[in-house]
Amino acid sequence: MNLITVENIMKTYHLGSSDVQVLKGVSMAIQTGEMVALMGASGSGKTTLMNILGCLDRPTSGRYILDGEEISRMSANQRASVRNTKIGFVFQNFNLLARTSALDNVLLPTTYAENTVSTKALYERAKALLDRVGLGDRMHHEPSQLSGGQQQRVAIARALVNNPRLVLADEPTGNLDSHTSEDVLQSFEKLNRQEGMTILLVTHDPTVASHAQRIIHIRDGLIEAGAFQEPPAAASAGTISESAQTTRKKR
Amino acid sequence: MLKLATTLKTALRALRRNPMRSALTTLGIIIGIAAVISMVQIGEGSSVAIKKTIENMGANTLIVFPGQAVSAGVSFGGGSAVTLTSPDAAAVARDCPSVLAAAPQVNGRMQLVRGSQNWVPQFIAGTSPAYFTIRDWPIVEGRAFNNSDVLGVNQVCDVGQTVVKELFPSGKPLGKTILVQNVPLKVIGVLAKKGANMMGMDQDDILVLPWTTLKFRISAKALQNQNQSTAATSTTSTDQLYPETAQNLYPVPSASEQTDTPQPVSFPNINSILVAVPSTSQIPQAIAEITALLRQRHHLQPGQPDDFNIRNMAEISNALGSTSRMMTNLLTGVALISLLVGGVGIMNIMLVSVTERTREIGLRMAVGAKPRDILSQFILEAIVLCLFGGALGILTGQALSSAVQHLLHWPIELSMPAMIASVAVSAAVGLIFGYYPAWKASRLDPIDALRYE
Ligand SMILES: Nc1ncnc2c1ncn2[C@@H]1O[C@H](COP(=O)(O)OP(=O)(O)OP(=O)(O)O)[C@@H](O)[C@H]1O
Ligand SMILES: [Mg+2]
Repeated sequence: MNLITVENIMKTYHLGSSDVQVLKGVSMAIQTGEMVALMGASGSGKTTLMNILGCLDRPTSGRYILDGEEISRMSANQRASVRNTKIGFVFQNFNLLARTSALDNVLLPTTYAENTVSTKALYERAKALLDRVGLGDRMHHEPSQLSGGQQQRVAIARALVNNPRLVLADEPTGNLDSHTSEDVLQSFEKLNRQEGMTILLVTHDPTVASHAQRIIHIRDGLIEAGAFQEPPAAASAGTISESAQTTRKKR
Repeated sequence: MLKLATTLKTALRALRRNPMRSALTTLGIIIGIAAVISMVQIGEGSSVAIKKTIENMGANTLIVFPGQAVSAGVSFGGGSAVTLTSPDAAAVARDCPSVLAAAPQVNGRMQLVRGSQNWVPQFIAGTSPAYFTIRDWPIVEGRAFNNSDVLGVNQVCDVGQTVVKELFPSGKPLGKTILVQNVPLKVIGVLAKKGANMMGMDQDDILVLPWTTLKFRISAKALQNQNQSTAATSTTSTDQLYPETAQNLYPVPSASEQTDTPQPVSFPNINSILVAVPSTSQIPQAIAEITALLRQRHHLQPGQPDDFNIRNMAEISNALGSTSRMMTNLLTGVALISLLVGGVGIMNIMLVSVTERTREIGLRMAVGAKPRDILSQFILEAIVLCLFGGALGILTGQALSSAVQHLLHWPIELSMPAMIASVAVSAAVGLIFGYYPAWKASRLDPIDALRYE
């Protein structure tokens, strides 16, 4: 089952009198439980596509369906609640709240959720997530007291706190050295394998991309390769996604 | 509700991240609220004091003063004529149905001597026993002088608490003698404590005695003394410098000669008539009756002006009260302006804060904050800031008015409505001045905000 379906998306920026067409008809699909890397040269439109997939922006034309919902027609408020419930973001520059403990940073998205769960349960979940990314002993540390890799792992925990369907990471290792990059990427891989979480990574780096099951190449606003799952890979990836779904249900 | 609680927590956390700035930002509100609170409390205090004064002066009191003397078209002003007599006072009490009581009043300002102590009281009132009823002034020790004391021109007096304090350090004045212009007066009673009047004068600084005694024994003697003052005080410095001026044209009478020949005082003129009316509603009726009676007694033709004035104490108190109210309103207005300035300060800092926290806003939006969540967060921050300032302002204002009370001895009245209003006003200031920055924050585009450097 496709978690993400993108049909002929175009994005045009209007700069004064001139129009800049950044996305020139992108079509692609991502299945539940996949871990996909989006690669392309600088300026090819990766971030622009990610913003649309992350419901932060709207395409100029084309259709985007996430988890069976047509996003392209949604209002700003509706997109906000989709971001809150279905998407977890991991940013290149971590974007943690300064002078706020790791735990409170992780809890941030729950502030905007229509929670039926008690504050205490949320607290427990945030703690468990920090434990899972290996920061159980750093819960009360503030970002300034954490290394870059640790900060990014806090950001991953934050992305997961509302049980999203999809994690979007735009150059999550761009600000990290190769060693800590590896830590962070392993966190992502573990998440994908063990939880069946659908993950989309944006990167320049082939080593980073190699952690993904599939690589989508984008150039000048058009997808060059990897837009859809190829038939032979589909079988194996399909089982992964199925098993991922079953593990999800079990949880 | 839960949502509000979490938003509140977020707001508090944001403010705590920069405590120094938060404190400075709210300083304007603290000052504004403190000013409002202290102004209102001082104002309230003075109006309560005025109300109390009216009560203990006798709210339903009229004072009849002699009119102005006019000589060859030159007016000498109110009280310059001697038109009121003690029979007038008696007639007012007897013939006006709306008058409860009336007492003649003769005033003096003289030195009292008791052994080695001496004192010049604010008030020396020569009057009749009705005075104590009209002023609703009980005697706490001894007795008030009575009508036979007045008729007998008895040398007795009742004293106020301040006079007791000044002349009788032992605190036992009853039966003792005070010398007034060398006339001995026996203290037969002590008046209850009354406190300051609305002009701030100490009402307990008083000596009350039969008006006949003051008029015929003391004032008459003072007249004689005045004639002989040059003779009696032959050691003044001018005498020494210019010995010639001390020359007397007439032989100086001895002390025994003076007492043997009291100066004749033909008219029992009095300074004023104090009148009590049963209730405030009867005041106009009483004024009409007194006017008619006195005009008749003074043989005034229709068309001729009154040769007396009737002053209504309630009116004076009201005038004073409204003046003080006006001052309070004025000062409160000024204080409110400072609150406004404080509000602008809040807006300024909130705008800076929104710019500084653009990335944070972007992040919040990315993780699902709707524009109205951002709006309410920033408004709530401003309101919390203002409420905090308001609370501190109330404390400061309270401290300020207590200081005024202790250092300047101004009356202060705790004002609950003012405090509640202050809280409401500071919340409103936060809402009004926090709205624009919050609105600006909520209008940010999450993509731009996240990219903001
Ligand atoms: N808000 C905007 N207004 C106008 N042009 C924009 C805007 N955002 C992006 N662009 C343009 O769109 C193109 C693609 O930008 P995008 O940020 O998607 O590139 P990218 O693939 O993420 O690059 P990088 O690898 O450097 O992050 C660029 O040429 C950029 O100048
Ligand atoms: Mg980019």
